[in-house]
Amino acid sequence: MFLHERTGAAALKAMAAAGRKVMDPARVFAVMDHIVATRDRANHPTEVPGGEAFITETREAARAAGITLFDVDDPDQGITHVISPELGIVLPGLTLIAPDSHTCTQGAFGAFAWGVGSSEAEHAMVTGALRMQRPKAMRVTFDGALAAGVTAKDMALHLLAAHGAAGGQGFVVEFAGEAVRALDMEGRMTLCNMATEFAAVGAIVAPDAVTRSYLQGRRYAPDPLPAWSDLVTDDGASFDAEIIIDANAIRPMVSWGTSPEHSIAVDDAVPAGPDHAHDYIGLTPGASIAGIPIDAAFLGSCTNARLSDLRAAAAVLRGKHVAPGVTALAVPGSRAVKRAAEAEGLDTVFIDAGFEWRDSGCSLCFYAGGEGFTPGSRVISSTNRNFQGRQGPSIRTHIASPATVAASAIAGVIAAA
Amino acid sequence: MTPFTTLTSIVAPLLRDNVDTDTIIPSREMKTTGRTGLADGLFAPWRYQQGRVPHPEFVLNQPRYAGAQILAAGANFGCGSSREHAVWALAEWGFRAIIAESFAPIFRNNCIRNGLLPIALPRDAVATLADEVATIDLSGQTVSANDFVRTFEIETEAKAMLLEGLDVIDLTLKHADVIAAWTARDRQARPWVYLETAA
Repeated sequence: MFLHERTGAAALKAMAAAGRKVMDPARVFAVMDHIVATRDRANHPTEVPGGEAFITETREAARAAGITLFDVDDPDQGITHVISPELGIVLPGLTLIAPDSHTCTQGAFGAFAWGVGSSEAEHAMVTGALRMQRPKAMRVTFDGALAAGVTAKDMALHLLAAHGAAGGQGFVVEFAGEAVRALDMEGRMTLCNMATEFAAVGAIVAPDAVTRSYLQGRRYAPDPLPAWSDLVTDDGASFDAEIIIDANAIRPMVSWGTSPEHSIAVDDAVPAGPDHAHDYIGLTPGASIAGIPIDAAFLGSCTNARLSDLRAAAAVLRGKHVAPGVTALAVPGSRAVKRAAEAEGLDTVFIDAGFEWRDSGCSLCFYAGGEGFTPGSRVISSTNRNFQGRQGPSIRTHIASPATVAASAIAGVIAAA
Repeated sequence: MTPFTTLTSIVAPLLRDNVDTDTIIPSREMKTTGRTGLADGLFAPWRYQQGRVPHPEFVLNQPRYAGAQILAAGANFGCGSSREHAVWALAEWGFRAIIAESFAPIFRNNCIRNGLLPIALPRDAVATLADEVATIDLSGQTVSANDFVRTFEIETEAKAMLLEGLDVIDLTLKHADVIAAWTARDRQARPWVYLETAA
């Protein structure tokens, strides 16, 4: 299991206060990702007022508990769901939890990975087990191939738009089908990442040669890798629910409202919906979403800040510049991603295009009281949640793929690549 | 944990779908590493206007709902972030039960861990109960207001934990031998799962 400083400190503190101990410290990892500064971190580990306590308490508690910690200055520091795969910690067949809703990201490896609260995290640390009801099983099959320029993020937003933010409630979702098999591991992670926005308990993709190839040689992965050939759904297996989607019909998507289910194709018009969503986002039904002016572009988060995401954005940005007045941030998902991106010169592409090139962390996926966008900003964002105020009071968020974020940054308006 | 048996209270209506935990308590309101001091930030985006002046129209600012211990909500209540602070804030404010069309899964588990009873009922039943003085009987699994009575579902174990206010970790530790035996077998079958030491 993983802990991070925002919710893990509470679990470790409660555990210590009750005089309890971690049953097996080798199975628990802690990482600083949520409120770490992504600029000038050497001098200020966090910009969040009062944030230091979360970091220092997590650090002290992790040390006292004897668990592995990826601290603010660790070369392997990064967002939990980015570094766990990078280090080969998540593996097919594992059960993996963290007090973080996006733990479902790691189901991309054929692990059963899901988010819990701090109390359940404490329970798991102390007992080595969790109590839960067996979830129902749903299969979402993406038949056929994606069109050029359509990504895993668009698949997730398409699913949410079609079946709603509560569509997966009570289910673990297996993502299957030709378009899922064709995704690389980073794409599969993006798709599974959004399962929590679908209210699913978790998501899973059957491990295959792509999975094995990704894990080969990773620090914590076994050598040789097990076959994992039995971790597949039987032919003819029945599910409690099935959804079949024509992958070829999916177009680049963007959110228009205040729930991820409020998503449409970039060339569609804002639909009807709850008044509070239209009021907050400042768009009326019938308006074209393409061409809406933006103030900022954010490329980051556990959804879309891996190397392939940065490459996709850089491919759009190369030789171009963000529109006047647009603030643009690129925040790699981990320090390893940052190093790899710099090794192939992507940092220069971003900087030349007018993006700020930051250190890794969750950053402005959410506003924690530190650094923020200018009040009232409309932001195109590669993140997972467009909730009211998620990126700050009065900030209006439109979630989309990295390519759409980059294209919109250049155009100064919402635009597909 | 305080045991939950019966509860009678006015039902404060917040009949909106997809109320997320970022709205229940925004990250910027999570100023403490502990579990207390969070009620002040409860529903901050809706509860306060500029300058932290209470918004008169927001349900929790209306005198009629002062002291309400039951909240009524729409579908997928508590979606989004796993932050248990959302439940701690609701409990610290004084809520002991939430009646909603449905709950997000992590939030629902967090409720049960903290003695906050999540009751899922069809949309029209939630609407009928909203704004009424309702009585919840956990043992009988009913919620009623005037002549209107509905039963609700809850897992046997969650019910027992809520009714008796049990510490779930202590409860699980009673099965420590079973867990240890399973782990030993799994270590044999799948040695690659287990790391020997933290490093």
